[in-house]
Amino acid sequence: MGSVIGTSVKRREDPDLITGKGKFTDDLALPGMLHASIVRSPHAHARIRSVDTSRAAAAAGVVAVYTGQDIADSEAGGVVPVGWLLPNLKTPAHPILAVDTVRYVGDGIAVVVAEGRYQARDAAELVAVDYEPLDAAVDAKGATAEGQPQVHEEAPGNVAFDWDLGDKTAVDAAFEGAAHVASIDLRNSRIVPFAIEPRAALASYDPEKGLTLRMTSQNPHVHRLLMSLASIDLPEHKIRVIAPEVGGGFGSKIHHYPDEAIASWCAMRIGRPVKWTATRSETNMTDAHGRDHVTHAEMALDGDGKILGFRVETYAAMGAYLSTFAPCVPTYLHGTLMSGQYDMPAIHIRVIGTFTNTAPVDAVRGAGRPEATFLIERLMDLAALETGLDPTEVRRRNFVPADAFPYQTQVALAYDSGDYETALDKALDKAGYAELRAEQQKRRDAGDSKLLGIGVCAYIEACGIAPSAVVGALGAQAGLYESAKVRVHPTGTVTVFSGSSAHGQGHLTTFAQIVSDRLGVPLENVDVVEGDTGEIPFGMGTYGSRSAAVGGSAIAKSLDKIIAKGAKIAAHLLEASESDLEFADNAWSVKGSPDKSVAWGDVCLQAYLAHNIPEGIEPGLEETTFYDPANFTYPFGTHIGVVEVDSETGEVEILRYIAVDDCGEQINPMIVEGQVHGGIAYGVGQALWEEAVYDDHGQLLTSTLLDYALPKAHQLPSFELDHTITPCPHNPLGVKGIGEAGTIASPATITNAVIDALAPYGVRHLDMPLEPEKLWRAMHSGEDA
Amino acid sequence: MYPADFDYVRATSAQEAVDLLAQNADSVLLAGGHSLIPMLKLRLTHPARLIDIGRVDEIRGVCEKDSTLRVGSLTTHNEIASSEIVQSQCRFLAEAAGKIGDPQVRNKGTIGGNIAHADPASDLPAVLVAVGATVHLLGPDGNRSIAAGDFFTGLLTTAKAPGEIITEIEIPACCEEGFGCAYLKVEHPASGYAVCGAAARVKMDGGTCAAASLAFNGVTPVVFNAWSDGSPLAGGPADDAAIDAAIDELAIDEPMGDIHASGEYRVALARAYGKRALKAARDRS
Ligand SMILES: Cc1cc2nc3c(=O)[nH]c(=O)nc-3n(C[C@H](O)[C@H](O)[C@H](O)COP(=O)(O)OP(=O)(O)OC[C@H]3O[C@@H](n4cnc5c(N)ncnc54)[C@H](O)[C@@H]3O)c2cc1C
Repeated sequence: MGSVIGTSVKRREDPDLITGKGKFTDDLALPGMLHASIVRSPHAHARIRSVDTSRAAAAAGVVAVYTGQDIADSEAGGVVPVGWLLPNLKTPAHPILAVDTVRYVGDGIAVVVAEGRYQARDAAELVAVDYEPLDAAVDAKGATAEGQPQVHEEAPGNVAFDWDLGDKTAVDAAFEGAAHVASIDLRNSRIVPFAIEPRAALASYDPEKGLTLRMTSQNPHVHRLLMSLASIDLPEHKIRVIAPEVGGGFGSKIHHYPDEAIASWCAMRIGRPVKWTATRSETNMTDAHGRDHVTHAEMALDGDGKILGFRVETYAAMGAYLSTFAPCVPTYLHGTLMSGQYDMPAIHIRVIGTFTNTAPVDAVRGAGRPEATFLIERLMDLAALETGLDPTEVRRRNFVPADAFPYQTQVALAYDSGDYETALDKALDKAGYAELRAEQQKRRDAGDSKLLGIGVCAYIEACGIAPSAVVGALGAQAGLYESAKVRVHPTGTVTVFSGSSAHGQGHLTTFAQIVSDRLGVPLENVDVVEGDTGEIPFGMGTYGSRSAAVGGSAIAKSLDKIIAKGAKIAAHLLEASESDLEFADNAWSVKGSPDKSVAWGDVCLQAYLAHNIPEGIEPGLEETTFYDPANFTYPFGTHIGVVEVDSETGEVEILRYIAVDDCGEQINPMIVEGQVHGGIAYGVGQALWEEAVYDDHGQLLTSTLLDYALPKAHQLPSFELDHTITPCPHNPLGVKGIGEAGTIASPATITNAVIDALAPYGVRHLDMPLEPEKLWRAMHSGEDA
Repeated sequence: MYPADFDYVRATSAQEAVDLLAQNADSVLLAGGHSLIPMLKLRLTHPARLIDIGRVDEIRGVCEKDSTLRVGSLTTHNEIASSEIVQSQCRFLAEAAGKIGDPQVRNKGTIGGNIAHADPASDLPAVLVAVGATVHLLGPDGNRSIAAGDFFTGLLTTAKAPGEIITEIEIPACCEEGFGCAYLKVEHPASGYAVCGAAARVKMDGGTCAAASLAFNGVTPVVFNAWSDGSPLAGGPADDAAIDAAIDELAIDEPMGDIHASGEYRVALARAYGKRALKAARDRS
């Protein structure tokens, strides 16, 4: 209707944020507020013999010190539960403070609450814990070996689950007749999500009104639900969770952690507000990490390079406890993506989830889909080597053709729409692929010490999560719809209450664009409210690139209901038949006689005056929708990376990065580009530098930013972006989602480029991160260093 | 990241700082705070008192006197990197200072704090050693000076006594006719400090090398001075082959390593970047 959709409206949230007016959880203070500091285990695995809190309790400013036993002895549930169940899943309890055993470095043991933040931290050092250290199981696959330390008694062999999907018999048969087999053993490195704002909670309690918890949340209603079900002793309606400004999440603020529950428990026990804010080191130790897979996979191809079958076995670390959605990530967000952009006739994947004495692992930006894309796209390059085809040609021969949609894969998902070859061609064109290959050949012939590498990655993702009945059948303990209440005020201005919960994505802008577009009201007349269980009917929150597709669609549906009700009032006022009316330019008019019309504002006012509205119509103009998507959405695209590797030192420079993404319709192209930029940087970080490293004893060697290597702006090139638009056929906006695309594509893109550069050395695969020393060793392994 | 309790006092002159240090042995000087404050926050150090010298202007700034450069210890990395005098008289010091951390670090961190802290991965030590700088100190017994080559004695340790303050760094001018210098750095992927920083200085006399010096940051626990008693290049042509041969003969023992770069790899980097830095210095001469 309007034209504001598809325009790069400037982000309305930015002026406050860039002038420092944004209020994050740690910026907030309440009268009488206390500060909590959590005593954490320095051991990866140990029995707690005793905890002596007496010195801490006597320290200056200390109000209380509590241990795991205090919580266990209280009426509170005292645990954080897992929210996704798989068949035969082992679900050992995860107490919010450990009682007798600690299972990773950072596991909480006690909490000190003091008048001042520094006092709390000082006193935390005085809590004396007598540990009996135990051996630790650290490796995702190694943890299952005979004789390994057991993380939980209930999970023999440290196996949390053993899951599979696809047709093993068909795959075995496919390999029988294969002309080529490409195989790979890889480790998808463990990463820390690293939102710039550490997790924080400010809990205040009133025996009459209940608990108000302001916290860093991507999904306040989910936090409220889990808090009341399992962690503290309060019914759901007596808890209000508010997410103030949230400084990034990348998945880490989806999950329900012990710390926010501990702050709440303390506030209830003491009767004064309690704030807890993670230090950067705590963030590093305790935010749920991502990835950590050990995978073996094989792909069978015929003589023309057509894929016949694909088999995968992955060991996926769960860490010490099952985090909120942990079991779903390597299974339904990874196993179901194994077809990639390709028409694969037979697929089988087995995933073994394992307990290790490390921080829990859960959804981190892309969640499962970067791991799937990495595996498939590495194997496509190896398939190119096996078959002698160009990497782009082997992909092209296997693409699901544009006329084959909807396309049913062999791993449960049915792709909604796509046109993979067009995106590939656009990216190749933009890159000047043939010229790049010619330049590469020239350098190789000349023995140039600057090795040129070209990497291609054709990715698919499943987002817009997700049809509730489907995910319910797969083990989700929640529905994955979204709610939107649209309130039109008597003067015609609009407030939207959305169950999505932005933490950097720009919903105040994009959601207002949807309203402005459908109703024809100016943007400044639209407000968007999110992140408060006290104001919003219900919400599943923001993650999995779902907010435009699910949250935005819920808004669109509510707007349609508003327009439908408005039409009844307008018809009454115009004494015309409703079916003769059309709604355009912010007014209803009789088709064919535009002078017979009634303006938006008049209808809104009349809805609230109710002096003259049709019989049977209620006053007011407010509509709520719970939108449950019909399917996932399937964004896709092709990314191309061009790198230069210094053959003397192994240093990598990214010369160019080309991304062609298809996220369906774009509400705000500038915000789309911003999401792509951040996403690419995130994935390049994993490809080249980032890794959370535990030693054999379970000590986290990368506990500060002196060791954990985040990407920095000066290490990245200026990205060259383009897009195609293949609308989503099953939601009212035609949108698919863009929050994770960059992160899903870029690890494989950059890795493929680096390995391509090293081809003259016979290198076929190296695990991320591709640090210079690793490349140097690969190139110089035959020589004396 | 909350430091333990400490007292704070501000000194208004170098002498006052020395007097305050003498009063209380458990005191440390605070300059830019960009090494000290992280240590406090990680609780790796617990001094009873900080003596802030951040506003002692008498030890801040760059000037040129009698063909030497004098850099006050409180001069920030950014002031050094953007000083025209340093750029023209000691180009590789400006280069090294410009490669430290990020703009915020360069706007606060000081040369005195950098060398007093003596992190082997920091960027200034190799330049000061290669250029033959002198460190001036003020202590309870008055002034004294130490050659940069003798100042750095080990990992995070120097020849400075605890009661002394660094006042000034004196640098012989090295960019006149015939001199060339260069600082090349491989950044640590996480911290941004030097995994290998090569500081080279060459003096050419027509086609012949009159003198050459070379030192490395980041490779060994204390700055590595490649040729403390005379460069093998001196008296020869300093062409690529000569430089390559000289570096290939260099023995670098007991290198440091971490999860991102092992000692063996750092030595390989030192060889590669030693050659590159010398060639760049020669080409600038
Ligand atoms: C994020 C970050 C990145 C960094 N990256 C780099 C890098 O890439 N390369 C690099 O070289 N450095 C780097 N640094 C360190 C930076 O250069 C520091 O500024 C410098 O090492 C210390 O200088 P300062 O003035 O901040 O000293 P402070 O932190 O104030 O003091 C450091 C020590 O020196 C002592 N001290 C200070 N001044 C004097 C003096 N005049 N006399 C005697 N003792 C004194 C103090 O008592 C203290 O023990 C980085 C720092 C940070 C925080």
